[in-house]
Amino acid sequence: MKPSLFGYRAPKTLDEAITMLASDADAAVLAGGQSLLPAMNFRLANPSLLIDIQHVEGLRGISVEKDRIVVRAMVRHREFELDPAVRAANPLIHEVMQHVAHVPIRNRGTVVGSLCHADPSAEMPLLLTLLGGSVIAQGPQGRREIGAEEFFTSFLSTARRQDEIIVEARFPTPRAGAGAAFDEVTRRHGDYALAAVGCVLTLDAQDKAATIQLAASGIADKPLRLKGAEALLKGSALATGDLDAAVKASLPLVTQSDEANASVSFRRRALGALIRRMVVKAAERARSGSPQ
Amino acid sequence: MKRTIKPSIPERSEDPLIEVSLTVNGEAVTRKVSMRMLLSDFLRHELGLTGTHVGCEHGVCGCCTVHIDGKAGRSCLTLAAQANGADIRTIESVATSETVLHPIQQAFKECHALQCGFCTPGMVMNILSRFEEPGPLDLSDEGIRDMLSGNLCRCTGYINIIAAVRRAGELTGRT
Repeated sequence: MKPSLFGYRAPKTLDEAITMLASDADAAVLAGGQSLLPAMNFRLANPSLLIDIQHVEGLRGISVEKDRIVVRAMVRHREFELDPAVRAANPLIHEVMQHVAHVPIRNRGTVVGSLCHADPSAEMPLLLTLLGGSVIAQGPQGRREIGAEEFFTSFLSTARRQDEIIVEARFPTPRAGAGAAFDEVTRRHGDYALAAVGCVLTLDAQDKAATIQLAASGIADKPLRLKGAEALLKGSALATGDLDAAVKASLPLVTQSDEANASVSFRRRALGALIRRMVVKAAERARSGSPQ
Repeated sequence: MKRTIKPSIPERSEDPLIEVSLTVNGEAVTRKVSMRMLLSDFLRHELGLTGTHVGCEHGVCGCCTVHIDGKAGRSCLTLAAQANGADIRTIESVATSETVLHPIQQAFKECHALQCGFCTPGMVMNILSRFEEPGPLDLSDEGIRDMLSGNLCRCTGYINIIAAVRRAGELTGRT
């Protein structure tokens, strides 16, 4: 299908873009368009004005800093995936990116755009939640930082105000010696996840989990940190019994209702299997000293 | 009484227009088009480049894949307005000459990797983009399947397409 009528502007500066956005309550920000344009072609989204930010100064590029990676608004998925400095600093990112749609989509779609679209099954919101990252929103009132768990509010909804543009996302780099793993269950490779789990952990001298971060997507209206499981696994030897308890604590978090692609019980089974596999894999990687 | 069906076509389009200038297959073009015109429709209707096919119009089938600034992208998920200033390449520019196919096209022909051919331009543009990318290329069956995962074919069952990509690797020396 074709999108319905809309206006289109391509500002050169962020100030101009924010002014345009504030001038029209139905305006939408267009970056790569790989989520917004399908929604518009289906007429699920009907913005009155599209503000294309591809030519806005200062929104390109990735900065690998000491303890985080900063991704500006026009960075495409494929850039994030292939950047050698990103891969060296946090190899989990490359692993996650393999699951984001397909290369031609990753060539166009942006990391920040995916965060703003906030599909509860998508990989980028899960990654930001898992790593405890944040986004920077800029609006007429200035800039503010929004943590991942506060940013994702519900299905396709975020804490971004209508007149704000998310100018960058910040992905904290796991501490040295951490092991990380990510995987998902999908009908077809490149599809949205029916369940996805990411894990980052460090081990102490006794081979017990010193720190652990676990997050899942595809199971609720937004990506979730599995805090109950984290609390149970922290300080444990990550033995089968520990994993059983962690899975049991996480299953009630599955609130997606039954649908054609997956029943609730299927999602629960997938979530349980992924938690076990990802914790074990992350621990193996931490032990071997290679993060992947 | 026989009913007459009258088409309801407005005299004048209400679509706001925008002037776009871009390079398509090495040629500079400028057109005034609707702001909501998709790049796929721009190529087909404004320029007559009907080799770019339109299947699903929501990014799933991959038939409309073209190169946007040197990288494969969905022309149905790109507005013509977004392509202002961009360098676009379509399937029409791929063959070496009127009579000589590009090695990827040749491989598709040799391996009988198409039946109706509707998906083929998108397949070729996608694979070509990967072949032109610097860095290693995984031409194992698994790697090729991953490469093709964003292109749907409803005729062949993919076996011959996978063989064609492997053959294209041989023909271009990217094994």
